Amino acid sequence: MMRLNSIQDLDALRQQILEQRKTIRKRIRICGGPGCNSGGGDRLIKAFQKLIEDKHATREYMVTGTGCHGFCARGPIVVIEPANIFYERVHEDRVAEICERSVFADDLVEDLLYVDPQTGQKIVREKEIPFYAHQERIIFNDTGLTWSTEIDDYISRGGYSALAKVLSGMKPEEVIEEVKISGLRGRGGGGFPSGVKWESCRKAHGEFKYVICNADEGDPGAYMDRALLEGTPHQVIEGMIIGAYAIGAKEGYIYCRYEYPLAVKHANRALEQAREYGLLGNGILGTDFNFDMFVNRGAGAFICGESTALMASLEGKIGEPRGKHIHTVEKGLWNRPSNLNNVESWASVPTIINNGGKWFASIGTERSKGTKIFSVVGKINNTGLVEVSMGTPLRKIVYDIGGGIPGGKRFKAVQTGGPSGGCVPEELIDLAVDFEQLKQAGSMMGSGGMIVLDEDTCMVDVARYFLNFLVQESCGKCVPCRVGVKRMHELVIGMCEGRAEPGDIEKLEELCNTIQEAALCGLGKSAPNPVASTLRYFRDEYNAHVFDKRCPAKVCKPLLTYIIDTDKCTGCGLCRLKCPEAAIIGAKRECHCIDEELCVRCGICIDNCKFDAIYIE
Amino acid sequence: MEFSLQEVDAIIDQWGPTPSSLLQIMLDINHHFNYLPKESVERVAERLRMPISQVFGVANFFKVFSLKPRGRFIMHVCTGTACHVKGGPKIIERLEQEVNLKPGETSEDLFLTLETVNCVGACASAPVVVVGDTTYSEVTAGKVPALLKELKDQEAQRS
Repeated sequence: MMRLNSIQDLDALRQQILEQRKTIRKRIRICGGPGCNSGGGDRLIKAFQKLIEDKHATREYMVTGTGCHGFCARGPIVVIEPANIFYERVHEDRVAEICERSVFADDLVEDLLYVDPQTGQKIVREKEIPFYAHQERIIFNDTGLTWSTEIDDYISRGGYSALAKVLSGMKPEEVIEEVKISGLRGRGGGGFPSGVKWESCRKAHGEFKYVICNADEGDPGAYMDRALLEGTPHQVIEGMIIGAYAIGAKEGYIYCRYEYPLAVKHANRALEQAREYGLLGNGILGTDFNFDMFVNRGAGAFICGESTALMASLEGKIGEPRGKHIHTVEKGLWNRPSNLNNVESWASVPTIINNGGKWFASIGTERSKGTKIFSVVGKINNTGLVEVSMGTPLRKIVYDIGGGIPGGKRFKAVQTGGPSGGCVPEELIDLAVDFEQLKQAGSMMGSGGMIVLDEDTCMVDVARYFLNFLVQESCGKCVPCRVGVKRMHELVIGMCEGRAEPGDIEKLEELCNTIQEAALCGLGKSAPNPVASTLRYFRDEYNAHVFDKRCPAKVCKPLLTYIIDTDKCTGCGLCRLKCPEAAIIGAKRECHCIDEELCVRCGICIDNCKFDAIYIE
Repeated sequence: MEFSLQEVDAIIDQWGPTPSSLLQIMLDINHHFNYLPKESVERVAERLRMPISQVFGVANFFKVFSLKPRGRFIMHVCTGTACHVKGGPKIIERLEQEVNLKPGETSEDLFLTLETVNCVGACASAPVVVVGDTTYSEVTAGKVPALLKELKDQEAQRS
């Protein structure tokens, strides 16, 4: 690899790569994102590579292992350029056939095409699939297009041109102004204006400053940061180098979750490549700007997603947050000015510089600009990552893009913002999703997780789930969070187990208020949100648990009774044999019954009954 | 993996004996020996010139570290929100029945450690179970016995 000593060198390299690729007739893009990988995407990449190599056709056909395409429900995904033929649920045994018909010839493999469930029509091209057609992809666009481990591919697509633009004459203040004009707000949850943060950090006193990328994506159900860092690490790195230039930082850190080993690997590889090209280190692109950065792994603590806890962890301390009266932009890591943004925010920077802040600000709503990536998961047909402009109605996300709820079930709510967020109920399905609207509805943007819940989900159980999460993850530094959340958890467990007493709901409300007022950090203050929002919209379900000892969604086990329908039971005895607790009794060919005392409500009997004779009450 | 102080030193030297490397050093030791041996914690504190209480504090605080030996297979059942609503808890219940382990426990023969993880970011494949580098997607309680058998077979092949 040659070192790039000037901006002209970068342009020349780009031309050279494009020149080399002129012989390529078709490009096969295989998704190596987290969803597709768990279905064998990585093996698929190798299989395609081997086949093309064996045919000595690498000059004409290029195999690219990309990042996440977003449509995880249909993975593993293979797309063949230039026609962008979209094949879904591809397995290794189909590789030869795809190459034969769609790579070396211009035919289609019909049964691997996407079928629109509405019309029954087969759709050939990627962008014509409703899931993609309704999105507005800006930040997340390159992830499915770029070879995630090759810097040359990123450069050939215009990568590092924003950095070149910045270094070829923009003053740091001008860069900050551009980000301020864009109206970019922190994508990690807080929604603080990034430009303002950068400006404060630039103005802060201190020789040595840091930029930090928060890739400790702990919000369960959100994985856009993982997809970005794995798929387009250079986009994040470029954003950070630009940020470092604007702020005057010399060193940067990516703090990545331990649970994302592939993201750590790809980020490290990308840093090495950038260093070899002289895009990191001393004298970047021949200028006098010096900056280098490193990847640090977390160790499985949710609290380290909080900025001050993250910095404590980087210093080798326990990941405990501190009070907000000292700002990290003035005294952060090692008490030096530090600017922390999350992965998606950093990844937005190159686009903003290339297209201008005004362009970015023209997308979105009055106070929430640009687009946002959401991970739409849970009880939804088209699970995956979705990028839409701010202010897109929830209905469009759930139905037009998400394809609605599986099994004809009724939509109940969307949980957003993870353990700090809340639930948006069915009656607010037309809500225009942005920072303000979500907050008004009692939830929050968070990092963009959207967990779709259907009628089979118990909202008290959802609250219990998040409280359990928070009890485990509370760092224990302040009393309201350490003790208060625990008491809330106990109260909600009592409700789920039929031990609740009248007045418990009021106690819960009181605890919610106290913790919101008194906890130390943002995560503590927002810890009661899952309870507060479900109480606001689903109070009837809490009442059913407390007063009637009944779980309307039939989820809370201690409140359920398994019953065998005497009319349907044929006495086949299968349930009796399968029951792990020997709780089912009955003679052969006679109606069986369940001993409620022994029954552990595991549901194995229902799964095995061929006559639908067992039901829950 | 037999404990050896040289290997601990090698890991420390790779990152440099400074407090800012503490977490990275401990992660590598934890990975290398499959847990954090007590002697390694003492060595790290000594070499990094940190109070041993702080090193133990960090070891206790972060979920990834184990101060007890763990199984040859470490099974992480995802308890993220998407996995939770799609039946993740049923997988844990079934595992408890099959192998008689609760999350955080290791079987006596050191075959298996059962752990939970709050989201691995493979929500589209929910519910998921991660063993080593492999992510098993759309796992149901019914698939648990087959998964356990697969691990047993893998071990038989290794030896």
